[in-house]
Amino acid sequence: MPVNTENMVKVFGRPESLTDARFTYCPGCHHGILTRIIAKAIDELGIAERTVTIAPVGCSVFAYLWYKCDAVQASHGRASAVATGLKRANKDLIVISYQGDGDFASIGTAESIHAANRGENITVIFVNNQIYGMTGGEMAPTTLVGQRTTTTPDGRDPAYFGYPIRFSELIATLDAPVYVTRQALYDTRRIMDAEKAIKKAISYQVEGKGYSLVEVLSTCPTNWHMSPLEANRHVAEVVTEAFPLGDLVDRGG
Amino acid sequence: MGERKLMRGNEVIAEAAIRAGCECYFAYPITPQAELLEHMARNMPRLGRTFVQAESEIGAINMLYGAAAAGVRAMTSSSSPGISLKQEGISYIAGSNLPAVIVNIMRGGPGLGDIAPAQGDYFQATKGGGHGDYRMIVLGPSTVPEAGELTILAFDLADKYRVPVMILADGMLGQMMEPVELPDPVDPATLPKKDWALTGAKGRDPNIILSFDLDPEVLKQMNLVLQEKYRKIEDNEARYEEYQTDDADIVIAAYGTVARIAKTVVRRARAEGIKLGLFRPITLWPFPYEPLRELASRVKTVLTVEMSAGQMWEDVRLAVAERAETPFYGEMGGVVTTPKKILSEVRKYAR
Ligand SMILES: Cc1ncc(C[n+]2csc(CCOP(=O)(O)OP(=O)(O)O)c2C)c(N)n1
Ligand code: SF4
Ligand SMILES: [Mg+2]
Repeated sequence: MPVNTENMVKVFGRPESLTDARFTYCPGCHHGILTRIIAKAIDELGIAERTVTIAPVGCSVFAYLWYKCDAVQASHGRASAVATGLKRANKDLIVISYQGDGDFASIGTAESIHAANRGENITVIFVNNQIYGMTGGEMAPTTLVGQRTTTTPDGRDPAYFGYPIRFSELIATLDAPVYVTRQALYDTRRIMDAEKAIKKAISYQVEGKGYSLVEVLSTCPTNWHMSPLEANRHVAEVVTEAFPLGDLVDRGG
Repeated sequence: MGERKLMRGNEVIAEAAIRAGCECYFAYPITPQAELLEHMARNMPRLGRTFVQAESEIGAINMLYGAAAAGVRAMTSSSSPGISLKQEGISYIAGSNLPAVIVNIMRGGPGLGDIAPAQGDYFQATKGGGHGDYRMIVLGPSTVPEAGELTILAFDLADKYRVPVMILADGMLGQMMEPVELPDPVDPATLPKKDWALTGAKGRDPNIILSFDLDPEVLKQMNLVLQEKYRKIEDNEARYEEYQTDDADIVIAAYGTVARIAKTVVRRARAEGIKLGLFRPITLWPFPYEPLRELASRVKTVLTVEMSAGQMWEDVRLAVAERAETPFYGEMGGVVTTPKKILSEVRKYAR
């Protein structure tokens, strides 16, 4: 029977600002979902023609391939400083810095904190997968207590390696940031929430309100040695205990 | 032309950068280049331009990378230890074909060293202090007015070749005051447009700036593009000064502050009948090998004098080969050499 499409409404489609390049991410990795929802926000805000995305060092190093936008690849950890330079040079640009947890919360600690503290009018997407994905699964600053990685083979012992760092809470103590939030992608509801948060963060930049940070709890099925489904469940049940979801600061409204 | 004023080297570099149309400046404080930062802090915001005191030299060089990618003229400055921190960023700037200006007002090293003038960063500047096969144009001013001229040249060369350009001076030049006449300011809006810059992909394909490709064949091609550019720079941009070399038996090879002191030595040596000349590289990379080689075949001695253990000396020996003897005299640790000391060295080689 032919399908009558007359009264159908399109509820899902490929975002306009996403290129046809194939993702380099492993199956089930949240980097892919996140890339898509950023593109959707760029579409909805109509800013593709003035957006510059920053690709970090990490599994998302190829992020310059995904968007039909200008892009720059930054050295490991320094994306927030590069974002500062871009935005200060041309305030009409919409600058989106995409950074992993090793990138943003370890090697880039100084650049991350000080870009936030200066209240740079940029948006940082901080992908917390509690691991160094690209280099093969070493401990990240966000690795959970007891979590096994290639450099914590017996599990992260806080007496020896310290505790997982809650970087967004740290940023939230500063006066300048307008929006700091932690989101997740393990089910449809969380994805929709994350979409809203990312759109809000970028719209604050468009309105000139200042610095936003969207931390996204993400999976690394490959280095967690879990199936994508197990990884989703792990985020929902375990990771969110250490990293509670929700807004930490919202001064933009 | 602008008015004639008595100015410090650091201030002249800052003011020349502003007049060259530098729109963004990022730096972290360090002696002996603090006046440079202060001049920028006073003047850039007033002109509606960007001055950011960065959280570190690493922050500053990466801000520079971002601003250069956005297509504006941009600069950072520091002194030796801070320049060490910038090396990864300089390598990225070179690898990404970005124009940027970096000022190093050298001080004594290694390590924390001291805050006195030195020339110990020549290797780092000219031989690639960061990783990978890259080069950086390095300009070595020897007077305060020349520091201004070379700052303007630095921006022009950076844009022309899309390379990082370093101004390599020392603390003495940074602190010294001399009368200078600076050119009229350039309006940044009148500078040639950079079609590769990140200005937003409006009505064109996206511009991507990177120094990266996982495919060795592609990365090799990217390297070849750099190398081709470097050959062009070597062929066209070597600059140097010869002083009283026409009839010389001995020449001093020196750059920067030492070359300035050496000019006094040339005059004193000639007063006592020694035919002394000076060969002064202005571009330290590309090093003026050919002119020095040619000169070396006409003299007996090429005496290299540096405020280091002998770094430029290696390039001098490469140029001279066996054509003349190539002794060295140097001071280290921020000890500034004097005309008297250099002259007594020169006398050793006079007939
Ligand atoms: C200066 C420097 N140090 C180390 C590396 C090696 N390195 C590449 S990616 C990476 C870790 C990235 O982890 P993260 O930021 O968490 O991103 P993920 O891959 O997990 O998304 C490291 C250490 C590098 N490229 N540069
Ligand atoms: S290694 Fe982990 S973070 Fe990297 S793409 Fe694969 S699943 Fe994603
Ligand atoms: Mg990670």
